[in-house]
Amino acid sequence: MSSEALPRANGNDGPIETDAVIIGAGPVGLFAVFELGLVDIKAHVIDILDKPGGQCAELYPGKPIYDIPGLPIVSGQEITDRLMQQIKPFGATFHLGERVDELERLPDQRFRLKTDGGKTFVSKVVVIAAGGGSFTPKRPPLAGIEAFEGTSVFYSVRRREDLRGKAVLIVGGGDSALDWTLNLQPVAESLTLLHRRDDFRGAPHSVEKMRELAAQGKIRLLIGQVTELHGSGNRLEAVTVKTKEGEERLAVDALLPFFGLTMKLGPVANWGINLNENLIPVDTEKFQTSENGIFAIGDINWYPGKLKLILSGFHEAALMAQAAYKIVYPGKKLLFQYTTSSSSLQKKLGVT
Amino acid sequence: MVKITFIQPDDSEQVVETEPSMTLMEAAKLNNVPGIEAECGGACACATCHVYVDEAWRDKTGKPSQMEEDMLDFAFDVRDSSRLSCQIKLTPELDGLVVRVPAKQF
Repeated sequence: MSSEALPRANGNDGPIETDAVIIGAGPVGLFAVFELGLVDIKAHVIDILDKPGGQCAELYPGKPIYDIPGLPIVSGQEITDRLMQQIKPFGATFHLGERVDELERLPDQRFRLKTDGGKTFVSKVVVIAAGGGSFTPKRPPLAGIEAFEGTSVFYSVRRREDLRGKAVLIVGGGDSALDWTLNLQPVAESLTLLHRRDDFRGAPHSVEKMRELAAQGKIRLLIGQVTELHGSGNRLEAVTVKTKEGEERLAVDALLPFFGLTMKLGPVANWGINLNENLIPVDTEKFQTSENGIFAIGDINWYPGKLKLILSGFHEAALMAQAAYKIVYPGKKLLFQYTTSSSSLQKKLGVT
Repeated sequence: MVKITFIQPDDSEQVVETEPSMTLMEAAKLNNVPGIEAECGGACACATCHVYVDEAWRDKTGKPSQMEEDMLDFAFDVRDSSRLSCQIKLTPELDGLVVRVPAKQF
């Protein structure tokens, strides 16, 4: 399923009020939609990636997984697609390409969450299913790079105009590097594309266009690697590039490194939840964190005997949903039912 | 058993002995070799198990596959001897293998 087909919230007019916010749209976050849905809890799902599936979709979409009960072999993308199909009846709303930056408890015990996309949510429970953390651009381990970030070193480009008239160096060999090379070439004063080998992973037509620009002398294509940054304060002035021919000092105003994504715990660390070595300790009855109403399931949690398996996360989602019910519907008795035989569950699933 | 020597950036050596049939990354993790992170768990999806294969062993370990080359784009200070250790399957022929751990995985 393409992510375009998912229901999305539009605009940021006032907070979005809901029963549950799930942080992370990996397999465990997706299955949490299912388990919460069975007990009538509506969910919004937020993920920093622009597609559901988490690591399954980002790191190994084509690679086989062999330990999902009942599916002897399934790829990362297929299990994502199947989960999306399975949770469809529950109509969760997806907020993709957004990171939850703030999470705080309100006086009425609900939670307020804010994303970097400017959305605010007010929710009765929060489920952190953030796996290895949020995917963030890899920072090349070059001495002093932090000082230049945001002023001369950019991992993404918000406004093309910001780079007008600048000497731009793009590093990388995938689609991001190629797309930005094509996109910025007309506005940059000069543009150099640097890659470690003369072979590019990006879409063939982008590679072709880039090679045309290089042949016409409109960009410079260099094969090598950056070894050193030079500048003063937060302004980058030059970089040392090592190529087969030797070292070269290249004057640049802006450096755009595209080395893929890595997982960082990110803002979770600032939410006042107890952490232990970048994991969130939980109990094994409810999978609740140190904060009542905030649950953590999947790879991001820790408890004695924890295994980072998708199937363990599924189990955790089921138990979490039982506990979440008590908060969302206080005082209401929950009757345990099977999807095989319960007409009310089957109605929710839309199969009767 | 296969004997492998890991050399750290400070030139300290660690010799590990392991069953063939596992990957070089697994042998490193099993023996707590510092500097081999293997964030993705061996799926050739992250480039944090990067090693430099000693010159004398490069023929025997072979060249990276296309997928591994693509992933090496995400590593730092990539050299002709660079490999991802999760993609090197240990065999009896690799008994004595020597690899260097890079200064940084990222």
